[in-house]
Amino acid sequence: MTAAPPAPPAPPAPPAPRPATVRGAGGQGFWGDWLEAPYRQVSGGPIDYLMMDYLAEVTMSILQKQKSRDRSRGYATDFISQMERILPALVERGIKVTANAGGVNPRGCALALADVARKQGLTGKLKIGIVTGDDLLGRLDGLMARGHQLANLDTGRPLRDVCEHVLSANAYLGAAPVVEALQRGAQVVITGRVTDTGLTLGPLMHAFGWPADAWDRIAAGTVAGHIIECGAQASGGNCLNDWKRIPDLANVGYPIVEARTDGTFDIVKHPGTGGRIDVPGVTEQLVYEMGDPREYITPDGVADFTTIRLAQRGKDRVQVSGVRGKPATDKLKVSIAYFYGYKAVGTLVYAWPDALEKARAADRILRQRLQDLKLEFDAILTEFVGANATHGPLALKALDAGGGGGDLPEVQLRIGVRSPDKARVDRFTREIAPLILNGPPSVTGFAGGRPKPEEIVAYWPALIDKALVKPAVEVMDV
Amino acid sequence: MKKRLVEIAHARSGDKGDTANIGLIAKHPKHYPLLVKQVTAARVARHFKGMIKGPVERFELPNLQALNFLLHGALDGGGTISLKTDAQGKVFSTALLRMEIEVPR
Repeated sequence: MTAAPPAPPAPPAPPAPRPATVRGAGGQGFWGDWLEAPYRQVSGGPIDYLMMDYLAEVTMSILQKQKSRDRSRGYATDFISQMERILPALVERGIKVTANAGGVNPRGCALALADVARKQGLTGKLKIGIVTGDDLLGRLDGLMARGHQLANLDTGRPLRDVCEHVLSANAYLGAAPVVEALQRGAQVVITGRVTDTGLTLGPLMHAFGWPADAWDRIAAGTVAGHIIECGAQASGGNCLNDWKRIPDLANVGYPIVEARTDGTFDIVKHPGTGGRIDVPGVTEQLVYEMGDPREYITPDGVADFTTIRLAQRGKDRVQVSGVRGKPATDKLKVSIAYFYGYKAVGTLVYAWPDALEKARAADRILRQRLQDLKLEFDAILTEFVGANATHGPLALKALDAGGGGGDLPEVQLRIGVRSPDKARVDRFTREIAPLILNGPPSVTGFAGGRPKPEEIVAYWPALIDKALVKPAVEVMDV
Repeated sequence: MKKRLVEIAHARSGDKGDTANIGLIAKHPKHYPLLVKQVTAARVARHFKGMIKGPVERFELPNLQALNFLLHGALDGGGTISLKTDAQGKVFSTALLRMEIEVPR
């Protein structure tokens, strides 16, 4: 009797199955974007991830102020009401969410969401990831004491020049902590100041298992994030090219990245929605807010936008390929907001005939009065809305070429001042309304009353060594 | 013959601090070399004279038939400091499209 041959050694466990494609949907391009968009992205067809961007440069300072009044606040409250509407569907279908709605209080945001989830009977069915570590406000003195200047990237001035006025300071984190939260089972990842692109790149790295040094794929995921981070700006919104023929913007479909593991991806939208996805429109979004196209720097890597290839692959489907990347730098960008002073802007509307001339006369009179009052400002700016507010001297040149502004049906005088001294700005606001009775004729449009001095929060971009910023990830069970 | 850029190109603009960026895109590939040749950084700086305080930089993206311009000192300080209607440089794009260039018949 021959012995049975020995059993072959057990094969190594197969790697976790990877999807062929991943669909990541842009749900919110800024805090204040369309409230309907996240719901429509979830209900309009299949998606795997929903990305929502809430944080503009000045948003963090507003949130910091809210948090200083109430420790439980300091996050984008829109996010909670938007999630309330879609959370049951997200849980049922296993759709994951990445959002930088946490602002300066990601944990507070997560607690508010957990409350909503429990009320919806989702206890035990949801894990929320919380990404922190970006907030440097409490560390600035220590950093400066150890010789980190946090010099302004535009002016070169050291931060100590304005440090007593600083309201918020946040390092831009990349995709890494988002990936970690997803790997630890979070279905919703709430972050502080994670880059807009990291919210899209993170899910792709997680789903496809891309290593952090796969520079071309990191760059491709970053480009994907850049395309969808402004919501409908990639699918027909604010698109100049052939804009009159963009269909049904009332029903616009927000963009979706349909990505493949090799780093190529298509930009699409749900069927039956309005808007348009074509090469010129995606090109417009690619160049939006661009610096040096060969060096699009994020915490995750450096993308070269001159390598991007676009191709129309069907109606409302643009393929993006060829993206090349380079290794990440050893710095992170820091977004610092500080109190600068006050500003106020007043407006009056002048009607035909000679609308522009009347508005100009009113401007001269107003400036004379400010001078007589010895009111000086850091800046005073006059615009004639309807004539030069958007295109300045270029528009006036065109008006003059067409016979001057004499026949314009109406012109809005818009005049603003800025100063560290609130009293001066306040006094300025008293000088607008009197012009209605004691200035040039045919004036209206002052129903809003006296303009209110507004606080100015200025922006201070800086760099910090990556090693000094430690992202932290927590996963909370609901 | 002279044509305004709006006839052969489209554009989108935005901000980074006090800098406005304008991406200028040829509608047809045959027009991209005309943009490269004629819409130089120096010409754009002259076009925006009186509207910007700093220099103009230009970058080429032949893969997208696009040029990217950075207009420094364009936004009265930018962000919330600015008193301008267009504090974020959103319509510098169409201001550039007013420029005339020579287009062969």
